[in-house]
Amino acid sequence: MLAYIVRRILIMIPTLFLISVISFALIQLPPGDYLTSYVAQLRSMGDNIQQEAIDAMRDRYGLGQPVYVQYFKWIEGIVTRGDWGQSMEWQKPVSELIWERMGLTVVLAVFSLLVSWLIAIPVGVYSATHQYSMPDYAMSILSFVGVGVPAFLWALIIMYFAQTQLGMNVGGLFSQQYLEAPWTWDRVVDLLKHIWIPGLIVAIENTAGEIRTTRANLLDEINKPYVELARAKGLTENRLIWKYPVRVAMNPFFSTVGWSLANRISSITLMSVVLSLQTTGPMQLRALLSQDMYLAGSFLVLLSTLTVVGTLISDILLAWVDPRIRMEA
Amino acid sequence: MDNTLLEVKNLKTYFFLDEGTARAVDGVDFEIKRGQTLGIVGESGCGKSVTARSVLRIVPKPGRIVEGEITLHRLVAKQDGSKMTDLIRLTEVDPMGSLMRGLRGSEMALVPQEPMASLSPVHTIGDQIGEAIRLHQKVSKAEARAKTIQMLELVGFPRPKQRVDAYPYQLSGGLRQRAVIAMALSCHPSLLIADEPTTALDVTTEAQILKLMRSLQQELGMAIMYITHNLGVVAQMTERVIVMYMGKVVEEANVDTIFHNPLHPYTSALLRSIPRLGMKARERQRLASIRGTVPDPYAIPKGCSFHPRCDKKIRGVCDQQEPTYIEVEPGHKARCVLYKQ
Ligand SMILES: Nc1ncnc2c1ncn2[C@@H]1O[C@H](COP(=O)(O)OP(=O)(O)O)[C@@H](O)[C@H]1O
Ligand SMILES: [Mg+2]
Repeated sequence: MLAYIVRRILIMIPTLFLISVISFALIQLPPGDYLTSYVAQLRSMGDNIQQEAIDAMRDRYGLGQPVYVQYFKWIEGIVTRGDWGQSMEWQKPVSELIWERMGLTVVLAVFSLLVSWLIAIPVGVYSATHQYSMPDYAMSILSFVGVGVPAFLWALIIMYFAQTQLGMNVGGLFSQQYLEAPWTWDRVVDLLKHIWIPGLIVAIENTAGEIRTTRANLLDEINKPYVELARAKGLTENRLIWKYPVRVAMNPFFSTVGWSLANRISSITLMSVVLSLQTTGPMQLRALLSQDMYLAGSFLVLLSTLTVVGTLISDILLAWVDPRIRMEA
Repeated sequence: MDNTLLEVKNLKTYFFLDEGTARAVDGVDFEIKRGQTLGIVGESGCGKSVTARSVLRIVPKPGRIVEGEITLHRLVAKQDGSKMTDLIRLTEVDPMGSLMRGLRGSEMALVPQEPMASLSPVHTIGDQIGEAIRLHQKVSKAEARAKTIQMLELVGFPRPKQRVDAYPYQLSGGLRQRAVIAMALSCHPSLLIADEPTTALDVTTEAQILKLMRSLQQELGMAIMYITHNLGVVAQMTERVIVMYMGKVVEEANVDTIFHNPLHPYTSALLRSIPRLGMKARERQRLASIRGTVPDPYAIPKGCSFHPRCDKKIRGVCDQQEPTYIEVEPGHKARCVLYKQ
């Protein structure tokens, strides 16, 4: 098992390298020298920047040197100093801007994943074990609606109802007073109060699909001889269903967890613009529009890395739940 | 003392499908004595497995028992140590209720047809066997594990202490079937229901498993309901035989009588279809297979259901009236118009 994990991590290296090259190419994309325009911008705002500071920066990013040198200087900064470059628009180091937003995006993605599993698995199991019953039909119709309606529409519908019927303000992840506040326990509580609506919205569109996957996978398993033998042992129906076929039917969920997380991150990007959430989405969009390339490139590297890590987690989980794969490795 | 273990009377189990009603089991009678092996033979699709599932009360939807009685004579120990029999009408209990669940796996255990598919791929065999033990006996986890290892040893598992933690895919077909047999025997059932337990195995492994079941039966004194389509296995394993055709029992007799004095034309046809040692190659090629195929279970022929394939059929009789099941000679019953009481 350990050898398997190590091998999977080694396989990640070329992928990560490729991601960094593509992201770097993106940073290089806008015409002109990033530093020159940065200095010009600062000067135009009346900031009197020292020539030494400019030279130090030029040296730090290897500007004026061949592209590969620039690339290695960039990587070196990230790996050794956690220096992701400078955001032109925010006039701050990128590293000061991204971490909270990355964290919130991941928290929201994981939260919505857990919510949708918590709903999808029991409902899917019920549907499969009560095939062709009224609740099963009702569930099928609901989940078709869930799949068919895009998430941003759900967001608008839920926002409308929360605001007009419940009198709640659903935009954002924090109340006004905690928006820029440092992390305290109260801020965490405030986040938990706000996160469940966007979490639910992101969960909805995926939940419907997951209910149907659970149902279909379980229906494939439920008539297999090993289930009948478990029944012939004298187990109760509930216990045998949850121990045997559900366990096997869940494997595809584990194997796609990384992929679903990546998928959710892209839904969150869109959702965050609609719901004005302080996640990566809106900032990334703005960085791209204003050609704030170090910031945009950093998001690209981090979000892609997250996908790769998600896939790694999937593989490890799958090996853990399915002994056949564990042994092959 | 009451020597009967299981009585099945006029059992009918139908499947209610969109295409129509499949009368999978359509009036089956038989009895199993304690410690006896009853063979159930017939071509595939004649209702053998459905009969077994009916007895265990695990008939899958959309099937259900529509008529008949199944009675289990359970031996229970009295306070003074003597034993008495307790009659349980299985057809009247709730199939998923606690009484029936308590009987399944402990009084009556199943050895299924496909050892490959009958064990969960993601649980160890020790987990799956130990679960059966803990379900029916008040033992700790450690005791159940020790008992599991002991059972694996009993069924001839090499290195049971290590193999107890093996996953099914790590074992050969023969070992998996041994594991399933160990599971079935772990709670000392009085009836073992073996549904074609060796069909999926190669001939050598089959011979080993049959020998194992025979010796375990003598050791543990249980009765076996042995389902097969292979008459050679019947000769080797059983004492009494019932022959099924399209959901009905067409003949019942002791195993010697079935082989030497078959009454029903279907039984004779089945016997003609077994290859024999010493047969010339050319004869073997012309081995009689039974003419035609089993008709659709939705469209059971009028009269005797075997008449379209029967070489002794009487026009105007067999295609009109359904023969009754009669005792032609003591202990030998047949369902055919050729015989009178
Ligand atoms: N799960 C099921 N659904 C519908 N029909 C079934 C089912 N199981 C059995 N049957 C019907 O019962 C008949 C007898 O099946 P079975 O008892 O499995 O035959 P066999 O003698 O080969 O064990 C089949 O031909 C089929 O029509
Ligand atoms: Mg069968």
